[in-house]
Amino acid sequence: MKAGVYVCHCGNNISDTVDIGELIDFARGLEGVSVVRDHLFMCSEMAWEMIRRDIVNGLVDRVVIAACTPKNHEKFFRSALEAAGLSKYMLEIANIREQCSWPHKSEKKYATEKAKLLVRSAVSKAALLEPLEDITFSIEKSVLVIGGGIGGITASLDLGNMGYRVYLVEKEPSVGGKLTKFDKIFPLNDCASCVVSPMMAEVATHPLIELITYAEIEDVEGSFGNFRVRVRKKQTYVDWDKCIGCGACTTVCPSKARVPDEFNEGLGWRTAMYIPSPHAVPRKAVHDPNVCVNCGKKTFGTKRFLRNGKEYLTPCEKACPTGAINRSIRWDPEGEIIELDIGAIIVAVGYQVMDKEVFKEYAPHSPNVITALQFERILSPTGPTEGRILKPSDMQKPNAISFISCVGSRDARYHTYCSKVCCLYMLKQARLVKEKNPEINVYIHMIDVRAPGKDLEEYYVQTRQLGINIIRGKVGGIEVLPDGKLRILGFDADIGTPVEVEVDLVVLATAIELPEDARKLARKLGINIDSSGFLKEDHPKLRTVESSLDGIFIAGCCQGPKDVSETIAQAKAAATAVAALMAGDKVRVEPYIAEVSNELCGGCGICISLCPYNALEMAEGSDETEKRVVKRDVRTCKGCGICVSSCPSGAISLSGYDDDQISAQIGAMLGVMAVRV
Amino acid sequence: MSDEFRPNIIGFACQWCAYQSADLAGTLKYEYPSTIKLIRVPCSGRVDSAFVLEALALGVDGVFVAGCPEAECHYRFGNRIAKIRTAMLRNILPEFGIESARLRFEHVSSSDAVKFVEFAKEFDKQIRKLGPTPLRGDKHE
Repeated sequence: MKAGVYVCHCGNNISDTVDIGELIDFARGLEGVSVVRDHLFMCSEMAWEMIRRDIVNGLVDRVVIAACTPKNHEKFFRSALEAAGLSKYMLEIANIREQCSWPHKSEKKYATEKAKLLVRSAVSKAALLEPLEDITFSIEKSVLVIGGGIGGITASLDLGNMGYRVYLVEKEPSVGGKLTKFDKIFPLNDCASCVVSPMMAEVATHPLIELITYAEIEDVEGSFGNFRVRVRKKQTYVDWDKCIGCGACTTVCPSKARVPDEFNEGLGWRTAMYIPSPHAVPRKAVHDPNVCVNCGKKTFGTKRFLRNGKEYLTPCEKACPTGAINRSIRWDPEGEIIELDIGAIIVAVGYQVMDKEVFKEYAPHSPNVITALQFERILSPTGPTEGRILKPSDMQKPNAISFISCVGSRDARYHTYCSKVCCLYMLKQARLVKEKNPEINVYIHMIDVRAPGKDLEEYYVQTRQLGINIIRGKVGGIEVLPDGKLRILGFDADIGTPVEVEVDLVVLATAIELPEDARKLARKLGINIDSSGFLKEDHPKLRTVESSLDGIFIAGCCQGPKDVSETIAQAKAAATAVAALMAGDKVRVEPYIAEVSNELCGGCGICISLCPYNALEMAEGSDETEKRVVKRDVRTCKGCGICVSSCPSGAISLSGYDDDQISAQIGAMLGVMAVRV
Repeated sequence: MSDEFRPNIIGFACQWCAYQSADLAGTLKYEYPSTIKLIRVPCSGRVDSAFVLEALALGVDGVFVAGCPEAECHYRFGNRIAKIRTAMLRNILPEFGIESARLRFEHVSSSDAVKFVEFAKEFDKQIRKLGPTPLRGDKHE
């Protein structure tokens, strides 16, 4: 072996602490080291060329860099090896900056000693490196977008327009997400459904986009380029190919079969047969088995029978002009499983707002204490009051409305983060109230108004000018008075005194959080959740739409609170990132995966039970003489090495982190030849 | 060199969390004892019991295995396996005449440089208190 050791000064970041001369002399004395050089900046073009030339001239057949952490410049140094025609994996980095010169700068002598050990450790591992090559896979050029809100729709359209096949999976019967519930959106106060409806129609009719609504992700296998996804489509009892969305079935469904309407945030009712919203895309009826009262004692999922000599049809079946409803199909709670081959996944599952019931101090039992999303429905022309501002309790016009901000956000008891959009949407709602009914008194209780962003501060100033009372200070509680009025026990921080306001309607800006089922989804996908409870991006600044797993991207409010424009920006970024990865025909991955030796494998299967990715399976011999051995799937193995360390026969190896390589590193730290125990 | 005992400590650090927390500690110029030397592994679950025994048999004074925070393992549950393994090893170490306290498992998040540094200092102190490994023979430099 001819190892080249290249020691970096990193300006003086390393050389101030580590005695470079001593380190070089030490490296020269190591077995198998043919060349030792130093450079002021090993990450410079000149140093790169120096390394490349050493390899080309045959002086060096493996490279040890003593510099900063491999996270920094590993790729850069690999490229020098590649340019010289050597396997780029014949490289080992001794981290003598982040893990030596910087944290040990006050003990220079010992830092030099540690640097020597780190270099020796790297050299001894380098001796055992193998000229690996990248593993390449063919790539499935289709994308799964999970979540059909504005983020998912945007990403799907972008990818569809770029020519990729897209599957858009939405758990509700209709796409559109939360945005369809809004009346108007800031800062232009333009109609929300006018923004989203054309996009919903486009996504439904796009030739490359397949909409799978009323469906959830069952499980995900495989990895980037080749995911195998199983989607569970819930049973509706309505043949969507025949349903024309006329709504006839919804009008005959008896009113005793009703539940609070999800689209109206519980402010109205819907029946068991329903079309989720007036904007619904696809506009199809859905049967809710939990609500159905089984008209005429015809239980859904049971066989047809004759009544009065005729085949009995339930009212909904009878009403349907196209015969799309068949309540006699066997009820299958599992629904239908659709299997998809997917190259990359975008998760855009959005958010939920906290329930008002959590906040006992804000009189949640009063029907006139509502969340901002409920108020959004009251403001909307498609809502329960058809856009008239009325109290839910008696459908009368309120004389005064209070908005309370930071309910559950910026509060150590619930969420420490700021939900970001509440200030602006409260200003918007207050403004819409003033525009519709100027005589209603509007109070906003805020800790402070946060309106950064284009045109948003101006929006705030304009709103103030409409005569809205903005009171800076947190609200301690709400009392329900005998006449049903609500007394706000607030505080005015500007004048430093408690204030009390009596109003008829209270709107709570409850915190945005990750939906409960999104956590389950994250677990199925294997992506992480951050400390504030949202999906975690790979890097807070550089890789904001990538998850920690290759080929899985995140966009929109499931990554953190965002307004519509930011969600769209992130969805477009995610779509572009996916497209960039899939542009080539092949995907290249590092060859650091497990390898099972057929000779040594005893077929015990311990590794199979421990593999986090089900990448291992028992292969039965073709005849009785052939023994059972474990096979590893190249595509699903992620190279964690759990199987390697668990194999009782030592039959599994892990390229790049093999037993002998790690043993050599251990031995090098002690200056002895490693012996396996 | 003074006669004061300087322990030799090896830490197996997972590349996603523990190794990165040490990198971050360096970047932030937090100091911790230079007796601590890390070996990078893909996952703490990669750390074979044999590596730990090997290191101790060769005369290392202290060994630790550091992985991702509980329930946040990059490989789903490798850290849990590592934790169980170290716990079992700690049980059998006294049979070889080695104090259990010479082996530790620690959860460190990639963003928690403070925890890494505190752990490093504390473990170094603990090993100093225990003194040189009973297995330390002439093999040591």
